[in-house]
Order: sequence, then C-alpha cells, then structure tokens
Amino acid sequence: MSDQKSMATRFVAGLWHDNPGLVQLLGLCPLLAVTSTFVNGLGLGVATLVVLTMSNVLVSATRRWIRDDIRIPMYVLIIASLVTCIELIFKAGFPALDRSLGIFIPLIVTNCAIVARAEVFASRNTVASSLLDGLAMGGGFALLLCALGFVRELIGHGSILARLDLLIGGEVLNGLQLTDGGFFLALLPPGAFFALGLAVAGKNAIDRRRKKAAGFRLSI
Amino acid sequence: MNEPVGQRTGNPSIMQSGLILAAVAAICTTLVASTFSLTRDRIADNERAFLEQSLTPVLAGKSFDNNILASALIVPAPHELPGTENAVIYRALAANKPVAALFDVTVPDGFTGPIKFLIGIDLDGVVLGVRAIEHKETPGLGDLIDASRSDWIFQFAGTSLYDPAQTAWAIRRDGGAFDQLTGASITSRAAVNAVNQTLLYFAANRDNIFTAPAGSGDADE
Repeated sequence: MSDQKSMATRFVAGLWHDNPGLVQLLGLCPLLAVTSTFVNGLGLGVATLVVLTMSNVLVSATRRWIRDDIRIPMYVLIIASLVTCIELIFKAGFPALDRSLGIFIPLIVTNCAIVARAEVFASRNTVASSLLDGLAMGGGFALLLCALGFVRELIGHGSILARLDLLIGGEVLNGLQLTDGGFFLALLPPGAFFALGLAVAGKNAIDRRRKKAAGFRLSI
Repeated sequence: MNEPVGQRTGNPSIMQSGLILAAVAAICTTLVASTFSLTRDRIADNERAFLEQSLTPVLAGKSFDNNILASALIVPAPHELPGTENAVIYRALAANKPVAALFDVTVPDGFTGPIKFLIGIDLDGVVLGVRAIEHKETPGLGDLIDASRSDWIFQFAGTSLYDPAQTAWAIRRDGGAFDQLTGASITSRAAVNAVNQTLLYFAANRDNIFTAPAGSGDADE
C-alpha cells in the first residue's frame, strides 16, 4: 500500500513537482532547440526518456563498484554509450526523424538532467526505484518537450501534429493545417524561450492557486 | 537491498579504480559495437534509399533509363568541385544519350559544419534543381536551406553560368542576384558558391563527365 503510494508520489514528482524542465530547468539546450514541432519534441523526448531510464538502471545496478573518485567518468561512459546506441537505432529505425533532429540526438549526452539523476538518485537507490525515477523524470521531460512542440508548431506553422510519418513511417502526413503559415517568431529561438517561460509561469500559477485552495480547506 | 549510503567511500586505491573504469569501458564498448553491427545493414539501406529518393527531385522530371546509382563516378579530393571531400557524379542517360549530371558535393563552409548538396545540371549547363541533403544548420534560420523547411533552395532551378551573369553569382547582400536567408547569410553564401563552382566544373569537363566509366581510378565504392 505504502509502496504504491510512494510510486505514485515519485511519478507526480517527475511529471510535476520536480519536473526536470519546468522546475529544475535542466537540459534546456535540446528543450529549446528541437521543440519547433510536436514530432521533433516527441522524438527527442522519447530518446531522452529511454536514455535516462537505462542510465538510471545501469548506474544503480553498478553502484557498489562506483567509487567517489571515478564516478563522473563512469557516468559519462555509461551515458555516452547509451546515447550512441540510441543514435544508431534511430538511424536504422527512424532515418527521417534522425535527419530532422540532427545533432540533438548525440547531444543528449550533454543533457545534465541525466547526469543529475545518476548522481542524485540512481547512485544511492535500488534498481527498481531508479527505473521508476528514470521513467518519471524522463516522462516529465518528454511531456514538456511535446507540449512546447505542440504550442510552437500551432503558433508558428499553424498546424497540429504535422509529419507524424517521421515517427510511424508511411506516407507524408501533413496533420491538421489550420492556417497557412503562422507567427514565425514562435519557431525562432526567442519563441522557445517565450514558450518555456509561459510554461513555467503557468505551472507556478496553478501551484499557487492550489495552495490557496488547500489553505481554505484546512482553515475550514 | 537497503545498504547504507556512502559505503562506496573508504580506502580507494588508484589501481582498483582504474580496473573498474577499464571494465566499465570494455562493457560499454561491447554494447556500442554490438548495436553497430546489428544496425549497420539497416543504416546503409536507409542511406541508399534516401539517396535514391533525393536524386529524383534534382532531376526535375527529366526522363532517363539507366541505373543512376550504378552510374556513380567518384571524384577523389582534391578536385575542382566545391568542398574538400570526395565528390560523386551520377549520370542520367536516355537511350545511351546523356541527359543530366547530378553532383553530390560536401562543402565545409556551412555555419555549423559541412553541408552536403545534390546539384542537378542538364546537358546545356542549366541547373535542374538543388537540394541540401545533409546539414547541421541552425534550426529556424540556416536550416531553411532544407527543401522540407522552406522553398529557398528552389530559386536555383533554371539558373546557369549566364543567367545570372557570373558577376551576379552571390547573395543580394554581396551585390548578387540571389535572395539570402534572413539571419543565415553564411549558409546562403555556401549554397550559392557551391552551385556556381559546380557549374564552372561542369562547363569545363562536360564531355569527360559523360564518357568516363563508372567508379573511379582509386576510390571504388
């Protein structure tokens, strides 16, 4: 019972209270750079989720042998190998998406959210809970990437879910085209900062309102 | 299951640390190597399919009946074509008569690394089409050279060494005839120069290009 509760808490932490992008503001480079469309956000989000989860599991499984003086080189080795494997798998399985994401797949290596989870969580917790933590934190990051990609694509291109064929293959799918073209700023780097800023502000606003509501309930 | 935190500190010896690190490195290398050997064929297939798929648009609908991929002529670097890497020329023929030449060139002067262009030129030296098929240009700025992102690269179709005149083979900012991409003049310059240099090469070597046997003297793929 309490196990289930802590599982749920951990997921909520990854997705909301400790979201790597929204709260810890980690891994902003890929987050800002690739989220110009939903499918790009989803692709990089899934890749990061897989790398984060596997690196958490591997770091946790080898934590008995990881010593303080060599822990950083070991994290780097594990993460870099995983990312290289993911890159090869993307090239084999989703060549078009790989071309679209370009350099940002190999750059997952430099996503500090991954090293942060290895250092803070996986190196001192069991494999099972590290797996859960990786899924939760990676899921939070991926959801944020998808949300930003969705909004920026909608405003910048005027389309919804365009080019899903990059992920699932088959014919070119143009998604739902609402307007012809859009507000181009949303696609440029400043648009990424605006979108992220609004997302962080929105999260804080919701948290504050909730806290207020909870306060009222307590006082009654 | 629940061992105390911080057990891994305590009497670390350099030798042991080195051995652990070497073991992890060996395991990681094995992982990468096996993934590579599992995916190698798929990746090569994908690249071939992608090349075939991207050769079609730079031919601009010209009909041909030879096997273009087998017609590849590899021009080893250094050469007169743009870039410092090996270039590949594909020859399109119809009834054994030359129709067009497709140049696969990689130029080093993109804004964020090399750009690989496919440039199709017909027998009269008129550009049929140009595509940037591999690049790492800035998303939202330089990556607009990609035909899937904007139609900027289409402006080369129909140009030749005389249209515009050789002196106008530059972007507008440099006094030329070609629109530049906003915020990406380096990328635009690289594209204009690559096409221009390829046209010059084609004008100088047109006959050799179509008569040379497939493959090349020292580079054979």
